[in-house]
Amino acid sequence: MEKIIQFELNGNQVQMPLNQDQSLLWALRTHFNLTGTKYGCGLGFCGACTVLMDNEPVRSCTIYMADVEGKKITTIEGLAPADQLHPIQQAFVDHDAMQCGYCTPGMIMNAYGLLLKNPSPSRKLIIEGMNNNYCRCGAHSQIVDAVESVSNEAKLNQIK
Amino acid sequence: MKLSELLQEDLDIEIETNRLKRRDFIKLTGASLGGLFVFFRTGSFDLLAADQKRTLPTDYNAFLRIDEDGEVTCFTGKIEMGQGVITSLAQMLADELDVAFESVKMVMGDTDLCPYDAGTWGSLSVRVFGPSLLAAAAEAKSVLISLAAEKLGTTTDQLYAQGGVISVKGEKGLFVTYGQLTKGNRIEKLLDNQSKPKDFSEYKIMGKSIIRTDATEKVRGKALYAGDYRLPGMLYAKILRPPSHGASFVSADTSAVRNIEEVMLVEDGEFIAVLHKDPEQAEKAIRLIKAAYTFQEKKVDEKTIFDFLLNSETEERVVNEKGDIKNGRIASKEVFESTFYNSYVAHSPIETHTAVAYLEEDKIIAIVSTQSPFGVQDMIARELDLPLEKVRIITPFVGGAFGGKAPAQQALEAARLAKLTGKPVMVHWTREEEFFNDTFRPAAVIKLSSGMDDQANISLWDYKVYFAGSRGSDTVYDVADQRTASFSAKNVHPFSVGAWRAPGNNTNTFARESQIDIMAAKAGMDPLEFRLKNLKDERMIGVLKAVAELFGWKPAKFPSGRGYGIACGLDAGSYVAHMAEVKVDQKTGFVEVVRVACAQDMGFCVNPHGAKMQMDGCIMMGLGYALSEEVEFTGGDIKTANFGTYQIPQFSWLPIIETVILDKKEAMQAGGEPAIICMGGLIANAIFDATGARLFQLPMTPKRILEALSKV
Ligand code: FES
Ligand code: FES
Repeated sequence: MEKIIQFELNGNQVQMPLNQDQSLLWALRTHFNLTGTKYGCGLGFCGACTVLMDNEPVRSCTIYMADVEGKKITTIEGLAPADQLHPIQQAFVDHDAMQCGYCTPGMIMNAYGLLLKNPSPSRKLIIEGMNNNYCRCGAHSQIVDAVESVSNEAKLNQIK
Repeated sequence: MKLSELLQEDLDIEIETNRLKRRDFIKLTGASLGGLFVFFRTGSFDLLAADQKRTLPTDYNAFLRIDEDGEVTCFTGKIEMGQGVITSLAQMLADELDVAFESVKMVMGDTDLCPYDAGTWGSLSVRVFGPSLLAAAAEAKSVLISLAAEKLGTTTDQLYAQGGVISVKGEKGLFVTYGQLTKGNRIEKLLDNQSKPKDFSEYKIMGKSIIRTDATEKVRGKALYAGDYRLPGMLYAKILRPPSHGASFVSADTSAVRNIEEVMLVEDGEFIAVLHKDPEQAEKAIRLIKAAYTFQEKKVDEKTIFDFLLNSETEERVVNEKGDIKNGRIASKEVFESTFYNSYVAHSPIETHTAVAYLEEDKIIAIVSTQSPFGVQDMIARELDLPLEKVRIITPFVGGAFGGKAPAQQALEAARLAKLTGKPVMVHWTREEEFFNDTFRPAAVIKLSSGMDDQANISLWDYKVYFAGSRGSDTVYDVADQRTASFSAKNVHPFSVGAWRAPGNNTNTFARESQIDIMAAKAGMDPLEFRLKNLKDERMIGVLKAVAELFGWKPAKFPSGRGYGIACGLDAGSYVAHMAEVKVDQKTGFVEVVRVACAQDMGFCVNPHGAKMQMDGCIMMGLGYALSEEVEFTGGDIKTANFGTYQIPQFSWLPIIETVILDKKEAMQAGGEPAIICMGGLIANAIFDATGARLFQLPMTPKRILEALSKV
């Protein structure tokens, strides 16, 4: 019999048939039509597929669905209500922290995970924490500026 | 340099070029769209067509539409891949037409809606398409003003336009909007170049920094790339690939996948694919197919390739000759002979090649990640034997391209499978497929002999570039006796090569600027001073002086131990000069780039903020080919398969970047590529200044740096 798994996705309880070979990345993209989470390498190198699992940034391409059972998943689509931008999203807009924008959802989710753990990281810590998210267009300096701009006390409450 | 010459340089390397056909846009667009139509000629494309004997369009190349509600739509065959033309072209149209920037909507890269365009490359969008767009907008405005004069009972010179409204000078309350004018007036008009665009000093929206208009969609994860389209019944396809380039298909045993539930198998000669609604299931299934191949590969690898290339039969093209290099040799007190190398480099956009195709009756619609929607349309029509009007290409946001998405083989794969199966088919290359099928920046060699007289004047320049192409091979410096030749050959590389951001120029600028520093060091001169002494080109002198000021350059004899580097060059009409500071760990060979400054002269700059972002991007991306990026292979077998063995720049590499754009009111030039061309030479020169070690091969990996250090 087909096993059904349950987990929380962007604040809603969802369920789906378990397919042992399926990664969280492609379950999100095909089963849930949440295409904001991107494929870049499929092997955990680039971070384009970053989502939060129980508030930890993870590479969804390396997570099998069996391990998602009972977990809480947040994707870029779940970061803010439909008509609003999360402060990190707003910071990316204000700093124009993207070119092609393909790496952007993964960058934002990774930055969100970083700030949840440490709301005021130094520039150095931001760079370390973002290091394995790849941007081929070279929007790095604007991305660091954007993340840095959110990392202060005033914005802290809005994030939580 | 003439544009046609620039393009010729790109053609030196084997770029996949699709045959281009003349298009008639009145027929194509039909009479279904309302509003005011303006068609315009593209003078510069005429020049291209004649020069290159390609059948590029000579008639209407682009158009705009003004709706009844005053919304302006700009249709362009150009596409948005991160370079920002979605914003800068809208700025240009709004400013010339005198409408609000916010009222301009861009429709890009849709072959059913947009006028023909060869492709988004060569930094042509603003410098070539731009003037045409301005000319169209200027003409549209004069048409509107003459209509307004009729309506308001005035002469045209009593009127002025602002914010989409035409008013009578000095008469408050007497006005008509563009929207009111177009209502009920459908006008087609062939432009005859009579209305002139504004003077650069009159622009108000152009020249302003505007944040990209697509940012909000992108941060929400709502911007759609080709892989994000979801169609009813859509299947993901995985295609059987040969194990290496040059392998010939013999047979395939597909029995293992024939009876897997929900897996569809397609066999069309050598073209074999499996389809499934889940890409991971399709991937699993394709691995079950056992295929046999024969191999006749070129026995070369990333180490032996340079000898192999130099020993192959090549065709020589003299790019430039002045004076007589024999005399130059005699006049030289000292002659410097150098050979420079660079390895194959991958494009590696984070979005891999992706396309989804489906049938609408007998018409194929393909949504494609490409730089060349019309090229793709031609390819699909030709390969699937369809008339052009039965193929429509739609280009959504493109997740980076850098030249690598001019070829878009994945679109043909998707279209072919859609035609064979009748289903919507998504082809979304894996990273491994992306590396395997990429058209790499070619491995290349440059042999350079230069000479200097006893006054530190460059007296000889004998330049031979093999396989990089001649773009950027300009001597730049003032040399009486000089010769530049470009050598190329067909089918010499073990796999496909193609245009990579500023094709050829990265390699050529690396060689030239390294050689200049070698000479400056020998002359015992500061490398900036040596350059200025040997330059006549005022624009080059201008960017060098600007970057020196920005960087705070202090003259010294090199190597000074400070790790300072300098390089300059020109690409696609723009001038750039860079300075950098690096630290080299002499034990590990690891280079830390501390800061990079760059000055750019790009003529009139439409969106300074956007242009500066392109400069930042060029600098970051350029660090990759300078320091780490190199494709490994044995014959046609590409060993580099994913980012684990191909290191692109990361956040920890980020130097302090400072940029300045010179304030010019001259013809608009390129912005997306120039600032990448100096990165190899810049870092090589900085490493020399830090350590006294001279690097002759890109990328300058720790291993190569240690080797060079051992020779100091
Ligand atoms: S796609 Fe998951 S890390 Fe690259
Ligand atoms: S913006 Fe293109 S990859 Fe980051």
